[in-house]
Amino acid sequence: MFYRENGQFKTSYQSDLQIFPIAQDRIALALFALVAFVAVPMLASDYLFRAVLVPFLILSLAAIGLNVLVGYCGQISLGTGAFMAVGAYAAYNLNARIEGMPLLLSLIGGGLCAMAFGILFGIPSLRIRGLYLAVATLAAQFFTDWFTNRVAWVTNGSSSGSVSVSALQFFGIALDTPARKYLLCLSLLVLLGLAAKNLVRGAIGREWMAMRDMDVAAAVIGIRPVYAKLSAFAVSSFIVGVAGALWGFVHLGAWEPAAFGIDKSFQLLFMVIIGGLGSIVGAVFGAAFIVLLPLFLNLVPHWLGLAISTGTASFLEHMIFGALIVFFLIVEPHGLAALWATARQKLRLWPFPH
Amino acid sequence: MKFQSIALAAAIAAAGLSSAMLPAPARAQAAGEQFIPLLVYRTGQFAPLGIPWADGKQDYLKLINARDGGVNGVKLAYEECETAYDAAKGVECYDRLKAKGTGASGFDPQSTGITFAVTDKAFNDKVSIETMGYGLSQSVDGTVFEWNFPLLGTYWTATDVILQDIAKKEKGSLKGKKIALVYHDSPYGKEPILLLQKLAAQDGFELALFPVTPPGVEQKSTWLQIRQQKPDYVLFWSAGVMTPAGIREAQASGFPREKMYSVWWAGSDHDVKDIGAGAKGYNTVTIHNSASRDKVHDDLKKFVYDKGQGTAANADEIGVMAHTRGMMIAMLQVEAIRAAQEKYGKGKALTPEQVRWGYENLDLSADKLKALGFGEIMRPIKTSCSNHMGTDWARIAQWDGAKWQVQPDWYQSRKANLDPLVAEYSAKYAKDKNIKPRSCS
Repeated sequence: MFYRENGQFKTSYQSDLQIFPIAQDRIALALFALVAFVAVPMLASDYLFRAVLVPFLILSLAAIGLNVLVGYCGQISLGTGAFMAVGAYAAYNLNARIEGMPLLLSLIGGGLCAMAFGILFGIPSLRIRGLYLAVATLAAQFFTDWFTNRVAWVTNGSSSGSVSVSALQFFGIALDTPARKYLLCLSLLVLLGLAAKNLVRGAIGREWMAMRDMDVAAAVIGIRPVYAKLSAFAVSSFIVGVAGALWGFVHLGAWEPAAFGIDKSFQLLFMVIIGGLGSIVGAVFGAAFIVLLPLFLNLVPHWLGLAISTGTASFLEHMIFGALIVFFLIVEPHGLAALWATARQKLRLWPFPH
Repeated sequence: MKFQSIALAAAIAAAGLSSAMLPAPARAQAAGEQFIPLLVYRTGQFAPLGIPWADGKQDYLKLINARDGGVNGVKLAYEECETAYDAAKGVECYDRLKAKGTGASGFDPQSTGITFAVTDKAFNDKVSIETMGYGLSQSVDGTVFEWNFPLLGTYWTATDVILQDIAKKEKGSLKGKKIALVYHDSPYGKEPILLLQKLAAQDGFELALFPVTPPGVEQKSTWLQIRQQKPDYVLFWSAGVMTPAGIREAQASGFPREKMYSVWWAGSDHDVKDIGAGAKGYNTVTIHNSASRDKVHDDLKKFVYDKGQGTAANADEIGVMAHTRGMMIAMLQVEAIRAAQEKYGKGKALTPEQVRWGYENLDLSADKLKALGFGEIMRPIKTSCSNHMGTDWARIAQWDGAKWQVQPDWYQSRKANLDPLVAEYSAKYAKDKNIKPRSCS
């Protein structure tokens, strides 16, 4: 009723190709952007920014990056934490070793280093696939764990192995308030998210999907596996690397190698699976599910005033969270993005379903 | 289709509930209460250490409320937040609790990694970070680290004290000896390395480093290497599940436990109890005299546990070293609040900045400690603007197979060894972070 497309005609190729073909979608999105860019920075509390929104945005970005690789190109990766670590440590070194290095260049430099690393560890994907590839990418994870822990150069000789950055500036604006950090993360998420969306809609995205659906068939119709797979690794690890640099610089401020351990890799893979493989918005849903839900479950006993011990609450949180993952995967194996699509489909017909 | 509708409904409900987080929960806090945040880890690899520690902190606050009715009538409010020893979660907890009530009166993050992460934030947020016996060793320097309080000792003082005890056994000289450090591969375990390297060069002993990947349940290869290299002594920087695993491996590979020295976090009853006689001879350094019992333990039993209000499952945990240390941390925090009340008004809830003044002007004489029930456990401590540690007394305790035997000697770290390092690394920190050291004169 409110969501009708009657009268919206596509009169040019351009209008047929736009990302959001339905006018209502565009209006909703514009409103949403307005809320995210204007209302939230004015209204949200310190805690909400630092503990909820910033980690959510950064992990959404990382999940988008991983989704390019896993969801679109079908290459399972367990090395996401490693790619994030490379991004973070490369950006840290650029920042620490070059006097007056602008933050944006550090972040992009981190992304580029992660990209090179991703391509390197993507080479085995040309010969092995599926679960075997997952194990091969695990090597990237263990290598990075070792590298960041053992090679003193990486941490700029920090005696404790923990590195930190401070006094971040973005084109002369000091990133000292949580709202500014939030806006930086949000802008990068929107920019890279749009870039990723356009890539997967374009020729290269179709190559990735062809690779995912059947690589032999794709090769037969003239898609070069080397190019398709490695470009997916490159794009994915670039985005993941930028997210890693943001995670270290903006969210944590000071971090140790454990911040990018195997747990992070699994967490991101779960985000992509729960959110929906092969969907950009699914990555954001997945990040929301994995980041926000545990926080929410953790806070519930406090709100209700239940007197249960912190340990019990923490275990309960894990149990409920696990149960919800299983529940969502049973009822909708294609992830939250598929649920979202169903909801939209229903809204279009409501209130007169066939 | 029906299943899908359920899922849809559930997703919408979840989204709705999550958005309920938007108005940050402002729980009503009775006016005139002093809020103390409790960062704890009751789950994860460090839980065996974290649980008695967290219980000790909370128990002491309960005791103050039950026995004294708070600090000069100001009740202590507290809330726990689970970090699982994870830096990101710890930062979340810190942000969640820092502004509660009249503001958080000091964080005890219980983790060196979390301390690193929140130290930078504390400068901006103006809340104190209390790290008794852990944290950044150079934060002793109060001119740079205005908000950090590594009270009663750091990993550098512990290292120095252990080496003094070893030197005593070796008739005064460590020359030509081989000392190994088996450490949890994290900022926590790496902290003593700097000082050890310096002392190795200075005193002429050989240093061998053996990192153990967290959580450290698998240490076979480490101890096989130790059997090959035959160090004279092993310093053991472990915590949580890593400690009993390491002692068992030492036993299996035949390394004498009396030549093992652990930092205080690897020396509590839960670490050795299950191994019993197998851990006989295992040494640990104690913060001041935290292995002993005193009046505070009796009070805790009488006012809290006998009324069924105790945090731990049963009263057996009272007197366990990790629990006692938790109480010491809470006691120092409460005394900082008391000291600040003397200055800013008795019977008032204070702001974090006022409590910081209290931390910086702690003056606990022997009489005061005795009155608090800590006379046996601690020696007098006095902090100042430039010295945020106070006094760093320590003793060595040895496990005799059934209980800890405290050795007679008292040690203090040697200033000549530590002060230059503290000065060098706090200056480096100030330079990296663009902090202008304040003047203390």
